Amino acid sequence: MSQKEWPLWEVFIRSKQGLDHKHVGSLHAADAEMAIQNARDVYTRRLEGVSIWVVESKHVHASNPDDAAAFYEPANDKIYRHPTFYTVPDSIKHM
Amino acid sequence: METLELTQEEQFQARIDADTRIEPKDWMPDAYRKTLIRQISQHAHSELVGMLPEGNWITRAPSLKRKSILLAKVQDEAGHGLYLYSAAETLGASRDQLLADLHAGKAKYSSIFNYPTLSWADMGTIGWLVDGAAILNQVPLCRTSYGPYARAMVRVCKEESFHQRQGFEIMQTLSEGSAEQKAMAQEALNRWWWPTLMMFGPKDSESPNTEQSMKWRIKRFTNDELRQKFVDMMVPQAEFLGLTIPDPELKWNEAKQGYDFGDVDWAEFWDVVKGNGPCSRERLQARVQAHEEGAWVREAALAHAEKRKQRAEAARAVAA
Ligand SMILES: [Fe+2]
Ligand SMILES: [Fe+2]
Ligand SMILES: [Fe+2]
Repeated sequence: MSQKEWPLWEVFIRSKQGLDHKHVGSLHAADAEMAIQNARDVYTRRLEGVSIWVVESKHVHASNPDDAAAFYEPANDKIYRHPTFYTVPDSIKHM
Repeated sequence: METLELTQEEQFQARIDADTRIEPKDWMPDAYRKTLIRQISQHAHSELVGMLPEGNWITRAPSLKRKSILLAKVQDEAGHGLYLYSAAETLGASRDQLLADLHAGKAKYSSIFNYPTLSWADMGTIGWLVDGAAILNQVPLCRTSYGPYARAMVRVCKEESFHQRQGFEIMQTLSEGSAEQKAMAQEALNRWWWPTLMMFGPKDSESPNTEQSMKWRIKRFTNDELRQKFVDMMVPQAEFLGLTIPDPELKWNEAKQGYDFGDVDWAEFWDVVKGNGPCSRERLQARVQAHEEGAWVREAALAHAEKRKQRAEAARAVAA
């Protein structure tokens, strides 16, 4: 008996035309084609999607949660990146 | 400046207390990880084994409509198992190992699936009562502290309500049918009522892990709280169906605004948990057989994928 596990795939689904693909979960399959077929059966039994992406999990690189502070905090004090930072005179329209 | 030094474990608990979800790459105590792997995999196993008692009736459903519905429900349960195994894998568990533990009889699954399905009314009772109990257990888990588990449960819960409704509809049809049909519904309720109450697990006083699980917000209600909710929810539904819940001690308690009810046969519960349920052996055997008979398919698929990969590489080499 083979001891080899089918590789793990991450599944992304576009729920309707015009929207992004969104991560929905994972599954095992021997290859990409089977992963897409399995994703159809596992994640779209009730018309949840119009398009499926699968990516072998080992190819996903993720940021490290321990670095979150150093990584995201620099954006904290840059409130001038938001339109609400600016005051626009009442008489000015369409801005 | 004075800083309050929190240990890693205290920081973790603070995040839980603030209802911040824990995600796969976040630091977590070993015991939290182990508890989750155990609970999620037991749940996954239950979905998987749970297909067997109902699968038993697919070929004998009384109409094409009922057959399609039952088939769809059983397929959903397979899906639930898969969502949950994926969630367990995000904690570092291996799918093959989890299945191997189930097949070796080392892992637990819900005791309810070790009871036989003797009549068509059992399909109604399982949907109505068993899926009903599962929903009560599962709805709070949509807010459980571990992100992938909570997300899997949201998906599961969306699908469960169809399961309960189709079961109730079977019960209603039988209850409004001939005297024999109604008797069949009552007989099924008589057999399933107590095993369903056991699905909520041992009494709080016998459930030593509850406190820690509540603290980690893996669990949101205690076993006894959920059992009480279930009884309160089911009594009016049984009344609507004109069926009698087989508990002579069942009585409305005005003071607590809930029903008092008899005690579960805990000796039977522990016996089934230990693997001595009426169908325990049969269920495990069916699981192992399905797994072994599917081995060649899994191997062939891998071999096929490997061959196609090599062919594609060879074609690319020629083109280059
Ligand atoms: Fe389920
Ligand atoms: Fe379930
Ligand atoms: Fe279900």
